Order: sequence, then C-alpha cells, then structure tokens
Amino acid sequence: MMPPSLELQGVCVHYGNQAAIEQASLTVGGGELMALVGPSGCGKSSLLGSINRMTDSIPGCRVSGRVLLGSEVVSARHDSATLRRQIGMVFQQPNPFPLSIIDNLRFPLSEHGVPRRERDGRAEQALRAVGLWEEVKGRLHQSALGLSAGQQQRLCIARALVLQPRVLLLDEPCSALDPVSSKVVEELIVSLKGRYTLLMVTHNLAQARRIADSVTVCWMQEGCGCVVESNGCRQVFEHPSHPITAAYCAGEAG
Amino acid sequence: MRWPDRLAAVSGALLLLAVLVPMGLMLWSLLAQGSGVLSVDFLLEDPSQAGRAGGIAALLISTGWILAVCLLVAVPLGLGCALYLSEQVPAGTRRAQWLGGVLDMLAAVPSIVYGLFGYQFFAISLGLGFSILSGGLALALMVLPLMIRSAEQALRAVPFSYRQAGEALSISRWGWVKRILIPQAAPGIAVGIILSIGRALAETAVLLFTAGYVLRRPDSVMDSGRALSVHIYDLAMNVPGGMPRAAATGLVLVAILVILNLLVRRWLRPAQGVLY
Amino acid sequence: MLTTSSPPRADRLLSWGLRLAGAAAVLVLGGIVLVLLMQSAPFLLDHGSDLWRNDWQPGQARYGMAAMVAGSIVVSVLALLLAGPLAVLLAAWLRYFAPALRRPMLALVELMAGIPSVVYGLWGMLVLVPWINQWAPPGASWLAASLVLALMILPLALLVTDTALGQLPVRYLQAGQALSLSRVGMLRRVLLPQAGPAIVSGLVLQFGRALGETMAVLMVAGNVVQWPGSLFDPVRTLTANIALEMAYATGDHRVALFASGLLLLLVTALLLLLSWRLRGEKHALA
Repeated sequence: MMPPSLELQGVCVHYGNQAAIEQASLTVGGGELMALVGPSGCGKSSLLGSINRMTDSIPGCRVSGRVLLGSEVVSARHDSATLRRQIGMVFQQPNPFPLSIIDNLRFPLSEHGVPRRERDGRAEQALRAVGLWEEVKGRLHQSALGLSAGQQQRLCIARALVLQPRVLLLDEPCSALDPVSSKVVEELIVSLKGRYTLLMVTHNLAQARRIADSVTVCWMQEGCGCVVESNGCRQVFEHPSHPITAAYCAGEAG
Repeated sequence: MRWPDRLAAVSGALLLLAVLVPMGLMLWSLLAQGSGVLSVDFLLEDPSQAGRAGGIAALLISTGWILAVCLLVAVPLGLGCALYLSEQVPAGTRRAQWLGGVLDMLAAVPSIVYGLFGYQFFAISLGLGFSILSGGLALALMVLPLMIRSAEQALRAVPFSYRQAGEALSISRWGWVKRILIPQAAPGIAVGIILSIGRALAETAVLLFTAGYVLRRPDSVMDSGRALSVHIYDLAMNVPGGMPRAAATGLVLVAILVILNLLVRRWLRPAQGVLY
Repeated sequence: MLTTSSPPRADRLLSWGLRLAGAAAVLVLGGIVLVLLMQSAPFLLDHGSDLWRNDWQPGQARYGMAAMVAGSIVVSVLALLLAGPLAVLLAAWLRYFAPALRRPMLALVELMAGIPSVVYGLWGMLVLVPWINQWAPPGASWLAASLVLALMILPLALLVTDTALGQLPVRYLQAGQALSLSRVGMLRRVLLPQAGPAIVSGLVLQFGRALGETMAVLMVAGNVVQWPGSLFDPVRTLTANIALEMAYATGDHRVALFASGLLLLLVTALLLLLSWRLRGEKHALA
C-alpha cells in the first residue's frame, strides 16, 4: 500500500514572541523524498519538529497551521503518541539508548503495546531494512553505544522504523558522520523511498540533487524563516522560479 | 613586579600551615586519648558504667537502626522529589526557582531547630516518644534537602539526546524513568545516598530530643537509642573519666566517614566534585 | 497495526506520586515554621518584650535572652572574622600560586567539612580549652568557641571561594598574563572584586551556619549566662541554651526555648535571603 502524502498548510512556529518560521506550505508526494534546504537559522528544524509535535515539550512554543497525512488533518488531533507512531524521526546526532542493540528496538515496541512474541521478529525486520542485521546479529545483546557512528545512526533509523510509521522525518541525518558512513546512510535512505514518505532537512545541496524527488527552499526574511520555493527537484535546480533559489543553488551546486 | 607574587607565595604557605596544624593537632589529640582504648573488643562489647568502661556495640546497633529509618524515608521521598523536579519542572521556570528556594531554606535551618520540631511533632504530637523512630524521622527531614539536590543533579545530567529520542518514539513517562533515566543517573543517586549517610552520622543536636540517650541495645524502633555522635557528647560532657572512650568513639566515627568519602571519590565520582 | 500505547494509567500514577513528593519539601518547611509558631505564639504575645532583656532566670519566670543572643552573635562574628579572610586568601593561593596542591587540599577540606561537630568540640575540650586556661582561666570561653567555629566554617568557605574563582572568565587572567601583571595585583584589582559578590554570599551562609551550630559551641564555650565582656569570659549561645535546658524545661520555660528556636529560624532565613540578594540570583522569594 502506498504511503500517504505529507502536506503542510501555512504552518507557523513561534518561540514566545520570536517567530522561527512563518506560513510554511509544502507537499511531499506519497513515497517520495523531499529535501528541505536553506541556510542555518531559517527554521527548518523547527518546522520538522512541529510535524510530529516535538515542539509540544518546548515551553513557550506555539504552532499554528495544518498538517495533513494523505487527506487526514493530523495537526488537530490531541494524541501525540499515535501521531509519532505514524511519523518517525531521525536526528542529526545518532542517539541510541544506553541499552543493548536488541533492547533499543524492543523497548519502543513494549512501550507501544506490541506483544512480546512479536517483538524480536519486528526488530529483525527493522535491522534488515537498514542493512544492519548481518553486521550485528551476533552481538545483539552488546551495548548499542559500542557501535560506530554510522552503525548507530542506522540503528536509530531502524528504531524509528520498528514502529512501522508511514512517514519519516530526518534532520540532517548524515551531517555528523564521516564520508563513508554518510554514503551508506544515504543509500539506505534512498532504499526507503516508495515504502515511506520522507522529509529530510539537509545542508548538502549536492546530496539533495542526487537523491531528492522534490525540494523546498527556505530563507530568512525580516528575521524569520519562510518558504521561498517548493517544487520538483529538477525544476528547482535547473529552472528555479525565485531569484533567491537561483542564487542559493548556483552558489553551492556542484 | 615579581616581589608581591613571591611574598604572596610564601604567606600562602603559612596560611596553609595555619589550617593544617590545628587539624593535625586535632587528630593527634584524639589518637593520644583514644587509641589506648581502641580495639576490636571495643567495637564488639556493650558499654558499661555509663560508658566509662566497655565498648560501643550497642551504640553501633542503635546508630544503624536510626540510619535505616532515616534512609527508608529520605531516599524514596528525596528521589521522588528530585524526579518531580527533573521531569515536571523545567529548569529556570518560576516553580523551579521557588522549589529551589525552599530547598535552600531547609538546608540552612539549624539542626537544633530540626531537633525542636522533631521533639514536638514526632515525639509528642505523634506520640512516638524518645525513640529510634522519632530520631530517624527527624534525621530524614534533615538530610532530605541534600538527597534531593544530589539526585536532581544526577537526573538532570542525563544527556538530552536520550530524552529527545524517547520523545520522538512517544515513550511513556514511566518507561523512560524506569529503563533509561534512573539507570543512567544511578551512580549520582548513590553518591547522594552516601552523602546523606555521612551527614546523618555527623548529626547530634537533632537526636538529643528525639532518639534519646538510652545506653542499652534497642529491641525495636520504638525503643530509645543512642547514636555514636550523642555518645561522644555524653561521655565528654557528662561522664567523668569518659574522655578516652569519647575520643575512641570519635576515631571510629571519623574512620567511617573517611571510608564513605573515599567510596564516593574512588568509585562513583570520576573527576572533581564539591559536596555543597 | 499497533494498538494502544503503554498504559497511561501508570504514567498518571507516576505524575501524581511525583507531585506529592514535590510538595513534601514545601510541607516540611511549612511544618517546621508552623510548629514553632504554634508553640511559641502564646508566649510571645504575653512576654514578647521580655525576651530582649538581659535577665535569664527561668526559675523565677524571667526570660530575658539578650545575653544569649549577644553570646551567639559575638561567637559567630569572631569566627567569621578569623575564618573568612583565611579561607579566601587560601583559596586564591591554592588556585594561582600552588595549583599542584589544590586538588589534594580540596579533598582534605571536603573531608574536614564532613567531620561531626562533636568531634571538633571534643578537640576543643582536649586541647584548646586547657591551653587557653593556662593564660586565662577558665579556658572555656568566647575565644575557644570562636576558634572551634572558625575551624568548622573554614572548609565550606574555602570551597565556595574556590568555586567562585573558578567561574571567572579565563580571559581576565589571560589578559593579565599577556601584560605581565603580578598575580597579586590581578587578584586585588580584578579577580577578587569580580568574584566578590559570590564569595560574600557564601560567607554570609557560613555565618548563618555558625549561628546555628550547637554541639561544638556547647562543649567549649563555658555556658554561663552572662553578657560577653572579654574574650576569655564563658558565654552561652542561644543554641547551647536550647540543648542544655530543653531536657527539663516545663511550661513557660519550655515555650521560651521554642521562641528562641523560632528566632534562630528567622535569622537564618534572613541571612539566606541576604546571600541570594548578594549573589544576584533571581529567586522568586528574594
């Protein structure tokens, strides 16, 4: 079954009186990968956090606008637990729990009520999906913190996948990794296309050009972030409709 | 330009001596008075003749019971309060400041005032009388601020990245606390417990009117019991000829505290660290 | 498809349990104040002004505590005057002149901070009092109490100063070094003044501790209820008074002791507020 599309309509994120990003609108087609690009500080990570309501736990943070999964408006729902089962998140710094590799996956499953006999099967599935199974199957009970950074990040992706979300949010998943690990993770993300709808924040325009189906460009205007252009990948890079997009992509492309 | 520094370097050394010499004298005087009496038997025998003869076995037992009551109350309550602070009160908010203020206030209350409160509330109002229970409870209140602060520090020190990961996966509050937060903070919490033990052992004024003075082995927590620190005080002030044993008991107490300090330093706290 | 998430009931129980625990601290403080007030209120209303007279004879219903208040104050002030400068200078010396000694000394000082007050008092009785007695009998006196108290508050005063100095930005020292300024000069003109508020705040707290100290003072101060005249006079502090007389006090006498406890609590609270104000902390209570 095709994963649903992810649509943002006029989302604004405010921290107290300070606006981080305003009137952000974009649509990620089902099963597609969209890259969210733009300079630091224009609210990309805040926008990402507002989708799965990580912003709820930041005091003084207000979010307005609509988020739709397929045709369903999810932003109005009160239950963040269900939302986060459907929308998984991967962070910039790999952050596996200080538990064993297998427990990193069993723990969220037990928290979300998955019966014990199903957990190990789902864990193996997730590890295979990220290509870690062969590497760690002999040491599942060793601490996850003993893995390399690249392996840890793949474990974090597996951990997000183990809850069987439809959408995956990725906040610069490769930027804290060395080039080799970065490539492995990037290939993994590409392999997830079609099965999941992916929204990825990245600073790496070359990477966006390589793997994204569509691109949204953010920029700073009057001290606050905004969406400047959102279009298919080729459109944005070869026929940008906004002068800022052209300048940004020209400056960093290649 | 260098002579002020050279002068300061020398005077500093003198200041250091001004501190080390009295401390050395203190240790020496205790040893001189008490080492003659100190032996394994001293630890195993009960006191006799109002403490002038015999050992401190009954006192070690009483102290142990008082400590047990104290920790049984102070550790869960302190940990609970610290968890409340770390989980439901973000640092820097008004509530955090108020609670921090209350804790500071509690930590600054003189021990004799805790003793008065314990006497009136536990011994009289609650009818517990002069007992190990009264003493332990009053002591628990005294070490509570210390326990809360240490535990809170340990809990807040757990890396934020774990918390973020837990949030994104919608891990329940109870699951997070049980599987990640407490295990990660456990060493720091253990330090808090040991610090509280050290503080409790050193206390006297709180116990004078709550746990009482009785010299024999207690049969239950409702019995009165004399703590080591109270024993030192009594022998020194009220019992003629009690000095040697007072000093010996003092040495035992100091030895226990030194061991606790080393435990904290060596095993649980890797780098620096100041108590307060 | 996943069903429900982990029982929210456990979470709700936890939330409430934690909130109760959080309230515990406030309840304890409130309880202490309440009990003391309740015990001493009737007395204060009747005899309030008496407390300030210098006439303590409980046997004849005279409850003037002035002499003991004075005793508490002079003993603590002298202790602070002795220990304060010593602690500050020693901390500065350890940090900037003998850094190799700093770690071991701080470890020793932490140990000192944990030694029970009765042990300090014991030492005072064994060594200090007989020694003073040689020059000026009876030995158990204001001076003895202050010396013992000074030794007791020195460790924490030193640790507070060390922390305060450690929190100063490194760039000050770097600038001084680049200009080849003497460390003494830097300390005098820049570092100590900058760390000043934090240090003084810590010293105020230690003063509060000295005022509240009971056992060590009880053992070496002589405990005679009289106005402190000379350094060698025996004095009695408010705290020692409570410890000594509570055992057999009844009726009004007992209540007077509670009132003195309340006074101690109030003074401690005021000193704490002062120390917050000095540190410039934005406490909601200050």
